[in-house]
Amino acid sequence: MQRGAAASLHAALASVDQDAAGLRRALRRSRRREQLRAAALVLPLFVFLAACFVVPIGAMLSRGVIDADIARILPAVAAVLKSWDGRDLPPESAYAALIADIRAAREAGTLASAATRLNYDVPGFRTLLFSVGRQLPADLSESARDALIGIDPKWGERETWAAIRRAGGPVTDFYLLGALDLRRDADSSITGAPQEQRVFRDVLGRTLWISAMVTLICLVLGYPVAYVIAAQPPGRAGLLLFLVLLPFWTSLLVRTVAWVVLLQKEGVLNSLFLSLGLVNEPLKMIFNRFAVYVAMVHVLLPFMVLPLYSVMRSIPPSYVRAASSLGAKPFTAFWRVYVPQTLPGIGAGCLMVFIQALGYYITPALVGGADDQMISYFIAFYASKTVNWGMAAALSIMLLTATLALYAVYNRMVGVERMRLG
Amino acid sequence: MSSPEPIVRFVGIGKTYDGVARIVDNLDLDIMRGEFLTLLGPSGSGKTTTLMLLAGFETPTAGEILLEGKPLSRVPPYQRNIGMVFQNYALFPHMTIAENIGFPLSVRGVPAAEIAKRVERALDMVQLGGFGKRRPGQLSGGQQQRIAVARALVFEPKLILMDEPLGALDKQLREQMQLEIRRLHQRLGVTMAYVTHDQAEALTMSDRIAVFHRGRIEQLDTPERMYEYPTNAFVARFIGENNRLDGHLETAANGRCAIRVAATDTLIDGTLVETVGIGDAVSVSLRPERVQIRAAGHTIDAQPGCRLAGSLREIIYLGDHVRARVALTGNEEFMVKRPISEAHTLPHIGAAVEVFWTPEHCRAFAQEH
Repeated sequence: MQRGAAASLHAALASVDQDAAGLRRALRRSRRREQLRAAALVLPLFVFLAACFVVPIGAMLSRGVIDADIARILPAVAAVLKSWDGRDLPPESAYAALIADIRAAREAGTLASAATRLNYDVPGFRTLLFSVGRQLPADLSESARDALIGIDPKWGERETWAAIRRAGGPVTDFYLLGALDLRRDADSSITGAPQEQRVFRDVLGRTLWISAMVTLICLVLGYPVAYVIAAQPPGRAGLLLFLVLLPFWTSLLVRTVAWVVLLQKEGVLNSLFLSLGLVNEPLKMIFNRFAVYVAMVHVLLPFMVLPLYSVMRSIPPSYVRAASSLGAKPFTAFWRVYVPQTLPGIGAGCLMVFIQALGYYITPALVGGADDQMISYFIAFYASKTVNWGMAAALSIMLLTATLALYAVYNRMVGVERMRLG
Repeated sequence: MSSPEPIVRFVGIGKTYDGVARIVDNLDLDIMRGEFLTLLGPSGSGKTTTLMLLAGFETPTAGEILLEGKPLSRVPPYQRNIGMVFQNYALFPHMTIAENIGFPLSVRGVPAAEIAKRVERALDMVQLGGFGKRRPGQLSGGQQQRIAVARALVFEPKLILMDEPLGALDKQLREQMQLEIRRLHQRLGVTMAYVTHDQAEALTMSDRIAVFHRGRIEQLDTPERMYEYPTNAFVARFIGENNRLDGHLETAANGRCAIRVAATDTLIDGTLVETVGIGDAVSVSLRPERVQIRAAGHTIDAQPGCRLAGSLREIIYLGDHVRARVALTGNEEFMVKRPISEAHTLPHIGAAVEVFWTPEHCRAFAQEH
């Protein structure tokens, strides 16, 4: 009797278990349907982004770390140097392999590519390589090493061979280090680049500094504007926002050129100042840092005002009123109650302005001087003038890394989900 | 309870935003020290504006407000030392509960140790001790409301203003908070001015009620007098339930009067509340709970001028009382409210009935325009 009861209890519990398992399965099934539907909705954009954005940019950036030229053009010497310890000069076989490789490359017409790549690392390498090609003895009775050192004593230096080995691929940190004014010496340890070749740390620092200053100026100018607009009745606020957005209706290039017209030595402003007797000689307002700040702030200000406005709009006036009724003077109420509530807007505005400023190219190129060019200028320079895609890619990686790092810091401090873009 | 000395005096206060519509119209009002005064009225009646004028967030376009005898017109809100509780609580979301309550003390330069002590005391007062470290978003509506009250009280202002502070709460919580705020008021003896559009709330909480309508005070009285003796048709309609009959004044003497009900051409007796000329349009107000009902033909103990015939249309059972809807000529929706003990004596639906009352509960006013 009792045993029968226990058995039926077991059966009941088992069926409860089974029911629970069935319920979980049903839940999973219904969730999966929802997930599939969501995935189907984002798929078109995902494919578009992958095809037009992720793949090409990824391919471009990969050139900053891939180094295949030497392994392809000078395969024999690259293979020999892989097992070279780097402490003494490489073995005779390396010299022989180099001579064979150069002969083959001359016939194939690819020696110039290899020369260009090695010349990035060691200036003068092009000459070195081509002189071997020209002065190579037809038949090698003596040792290959003596023949090469006879052509140029540099073949007797470890540094020359270390450069070939460094370029042996398949991946390299040469460009990335170069973007930070670093290089590897003959012993493969990282050292600073020679003083006269150091530029990129300055450029990176300058890029960050200009972006930070532009962001700060935008914040100082944009905050009161957003405050005023947010306090207006909806109709007038719409009109004022339209005015703030007006610059977007003109092309960036036109706006920048307009600043050239305004700020140049014989420009509108200088003529005005001179005729008013404010200055005795024209002010230098163009092709310097001042012009870069003015033009960039003008372009980027709406990106600061919009998120600020959006956040301020959502703050009911009762907060400041409450602070005031509790005894806070106007500035205290503003500083301790209002401003903290606009922090998500400040964060979003600063992030948008700063990240966009980091990548600015046309504006500093047109209105700035030589010392006001930002990192994008050098990316463009390497990509289109010297066709050193490795260096262009490495600088791009630096820019992208700086942007992502900032984003991460912002996310940590404010939280991206609290960002309000307008 | 309240000493007769006024703490706040509104003298001829006017407020207009556009120079045409008078939001507050030549208002005279005294708030007595220690009293709980409710400003009651429909939306747009000027009650909230009156409160904002007192808090200093609006400036009057005419008249002067005196706080303890001193004119307030040149005193900014932060120097008025008036505590205020807002409709949406207005707790600062970026501060903890303790920082919120400590805010009025910290802007007054009270030392930190003293602030901590007083914040704790204020939290205990609203029965939320131990909540100091949380943020407003982590609290329920009722808890946020209590914190807002604690914050308005912590700097010991002489006057607390509340602008529909319970509007966002559900009914049960609202009724509980009404009693809590009332008890706080009785315990602390602080003067409170309270704005609401909910007449039940006003009746529950107040020492006195000021009924606002179109920027004016229609009546200023204790809850009991406001309910039992409304002095005009608006207040009679606005406070409590009310059966209305329209007619003309036939005779009037010694406060009593006879009204010819327009729809039936019968005369009924009533109490004349306002000064009205003979023949003028009046409306008669009868509270549902002051009216009795019997099947037609029964002997009833009422004078001829205090009864009307109709038919019983509907009986609504409400647990603690019963409501009967009677169709009279001139008012199809005449309501009678009887205690539950009389439920079984009610006639059947459809029966011919008579409703009757005593003349003092039949109040006649000049008709509203």
